[in-house]
Amino acid sequence: MTRSPVLAVRGLSKSFGAVRALTDVTLELHAGEAHALAGENGAGKSTLIKTLAGVHRPDAGAVRLDGEAADFGGPADARDAGIAVIYQEPTLFPDLSIAENIFMGRQPRRTLRRIDRTAVHDATAALMRRLGVPLDPERPARGLSIADQQIVEIAKALSFDARVLIMDEPTAALTGSETARLFSVVETLRAEGAAVLFISHRLEEIFRLCSKVTTLRDGRWIATDDVAGLTEDALVRRMVGRDLDELYPKQQATLGEVALSVRRLTREGVFRDVSFDVRRGEIVALAGLVGAGRSEVVQAVFGVDRADAGEVHVGGTKLRAASPTAAMDAGVALVPEDRRQRGLVMELSIERNIGLTGLGSLGSGGLIKRALERGRASDWATRLQLKYGKLSDSVEVLSGGNQQKVVLAKWLATEPTVLIVDEPTRGIDVGTKAEVHRLLSSLAAEGLAVLMVSSDLPEVLGMADRVLVMHEGRLAAEIPRAEATEESVMTAATGRNGKEAA
Amino acid sequence: MSMTTQDSRPAVPQADTSARSLVDTVFRARELSIGGALVLLILCTWLANSSFLDDQGIKDLLLNSSILVLLAVGQSVVVITRNIDLSVGSVVGLTAFACGDFAKNSGHSAFTVCLLGIGIGVACGLISGLLVSFGRVPALVVTLGMLYVLQGFGYWWASGDQINAATLPDGVLNLGSGSVLGIPYLPLLSAAALAATAYYLRTYRGGRELYAIGSNPEAARLAGIPIRRRVLAAYAFSGAIAGFAGALWLSRFGTVVADAANGWELTVVSAVVVGGVAITGGTGSVWGAALGALLLTTIGSALVVLKVSSFWQQAITGVLLLAAITTDRIVQQRTTSALRKRSRA
Repeated sequence: MTRSPVLAVRGLSKSFGAVRALTDVTLELHAGEAHALAGENGAGKSTLIKTLAGVHRPDAGAVRLDGEAADFGGPADARDAGIAVIYQEPTLFPDLSIAENIFMGRQPRRTLRRIDRTAVHDATAALMRRLGVPLDPERPARGLSIADQQIVEIAKALSFDARVLIMDEPTAALTGSETARLFSVVETLRAEGAAVLFISHRLEEIFRLCSKVTTLRDGRWIATDDVAGLTEDALVRRMVGRDLDELYPKQQATLGEVALSVRRLTREGVFRDVSFDVRRGEIVALAGLVGAGRSEVVQAVFGVDRADAGEVHVGGTKLRAASPTAAMDAGVALVPEDRRQRGLVMELSIERNIGLTGLGSLGSGGLIKRALERGRASDWATRLQLKYGKLSDSVEVLSGGNQQKVVLAKWLATEPTVLIVDEPTRGIDVGTKAEVHRLLSSLAAEGLAVLMVSSDLPEVLGMADRVLVMHEGRLAAEIPRAEATEESVMTAATGRNGKEAA
Repeated sequence: MSMTTQDSRPAVPQADTSARSLVDTVFRARELSIGGALVLLILCTWLANSSFLDDQGIKDLLLNSSILVLLAVGQSVVVITRNIDLSVGSVVGLTAFACGDFAKNSGHSAFTVCLLGIGIGVACGLISGLLVSFGRVPALVVTLGMLYVLQGFGYWWASGDQINAATLPDGVLNLGSGSVLGIPYLPLLSAAALAATAYYLRTYRGGRELYAIGSNPEAARLAGIPIRRRVLAAYAFSGAIAGFAGALWLSRFGTVVADAANGWELTVVSAVVVGGVAITGGTGSVWGAALGALLLTTIGSALVVLKVSSFWQQAITGVLLLAAITTDRIVQQRTTSALRKRSRA
């Protein structure tokens, strides 16, 4: 093929401090072609996109548009060059109208450089007609569903005739019919000659929508293949770079008595009527799409959020509602989703962070014995094979994977009987990921009850004895390990196992 | 590709205008309710004491409120970007004294004096603005620091002196006391600044971008808005307004000490918040802020007329402030959930 690419990336590298996010990445996008970007969490996909969008500046390498070197000083430059990016979480101005959101900074003007409000309104109305959605241009963006927010983002891309449309996991929070609507819009744009770069962790979408796929792993370019002739297994192998068995070392565990029992837990408008049990020795995964209410359920179980109705029993005794202290005393530990914000105190040292959950037992009379604190930290650092310089280093300097180990150590040090982990391996490298999985598996084998929230489908399938699937705030399915497949879980997660089955 | 999307296409024209009118109502309701409270307050006070609304009474009301209204306009522009300017009180005091020192025993015109005031104000605003936008220091800390620095500078400069009306040129004093068609200059100037700012915020890209920055800074960055430049401009504007207010202060009161407007920054912020400009940025209008300023001043004047101890004024301001913030919060939650329901329907 001799066609020249619309957008070409060569030898792109980018580091954040000591972390190399991208190393020598190459990518070519052609007009009228949908190109998928595949890779695990933390493989560098988002960094690559943000570099193309002008948010990050590459340390080395070149981005070429129509064969000419493009040096984006900021997002506005990339936009003016015709690159539109739709992020997983749309970034809109909640207080401003849809029309203003679409045309912010580029409003058509009339005399004296005043904004032509009628033109803005009419252009937005025309875009909405073209997209086939009944949204009022003057309505504020506040309260729009994620799907509608994405429509606004796409309208934005349409409004400046984007030649390159980049979408970062746009379907992660959409229902089946919303995804179909999005795809038909994207398909139209592609047919009109736009180059599309599509990121999704749902392989079937890549196979449905795209003709080429580029795989990244650990920030490096691995391969660019034609989708035709590629199997899902082959693609997964490119993404993971090793056999799945090695990444998900699941030990067979013997199930004990029920350790955690949740009965009809409800939080108005967030989730409702959630009931399940977790036995000793069992790993139960809570799967579902972003926004299905998984994290909210485990936070209510732990008592961080107040539930409006329902009960939580640990080891047969009822837990006092909305009290994390009571949950901890009963032997529950929660490793939260966002380790930087909620899991760790970033400025404090490793030993201080690990000590936080046991301040009562690390001394006497309200004073903390430094030696006890250090002892506890070094015990757990050794057990979890933490890679660190000194225990008094602040956790900021650790890599993502090692930070996650510190959070795990902090909670395991409370010797829990029920361990709740929320996205335990998000954004950490493959090696550490396998270590975390091995750890969870061996903890379960020792008789711990593990409840794991995860958006990483291979992780759910590889680690869980049982998969609970949430859809729009309800438990949609309970699938035993033997029957859990990517398809069965996603079907339940998107609410298709019923009315919408096609 | 699924065909289901085709079915939804014809359903376009029935746009959800109900959601729009809901939001319109909410925001108009805010300005209407303040306006209503203002009218009610004036009416009751007038019934209790009819001299409240005679010619002199109205004139006093306008004169007393015009500087606060002006400052509220400047402050709104900063608050809309999710920032705050606590230095305005000190800027007003400093420029009033500086302008007085410049004009005393001279023949300088009111125009020159105002220009000097604006110049000093812009300089102060630029310092705060640079520290906030390019230095990335939180606005609260920067402008609190500026408040003390400028105050201290004013004390040092004045070293106990004060400016006396007797030494000022007539032109300057006339600006504060003169009128056209029976309306004093000061409220006219405030109204002009108010109308121009409101028009700019509504119809110019720069104005809309200030709202965008306050509504979602991350989205503003991704939309390619020059955030730092806009925030810097907002502080320069607030400074300019405060400097102008300082010059007007001099012309109105004549006698000026260095810490003349000490404590005004908090009154201004209260007026802005009571007027419906959310302290979290992105919403509200300068019209609302001006109404808030008018309401706070009128409460003060009414209490004097009604012979209520003036310390009640502070308590009432505080209650209004808390009520405003609470209603903001509740209204925001209600509209969000209402809008959500409508977009699903």
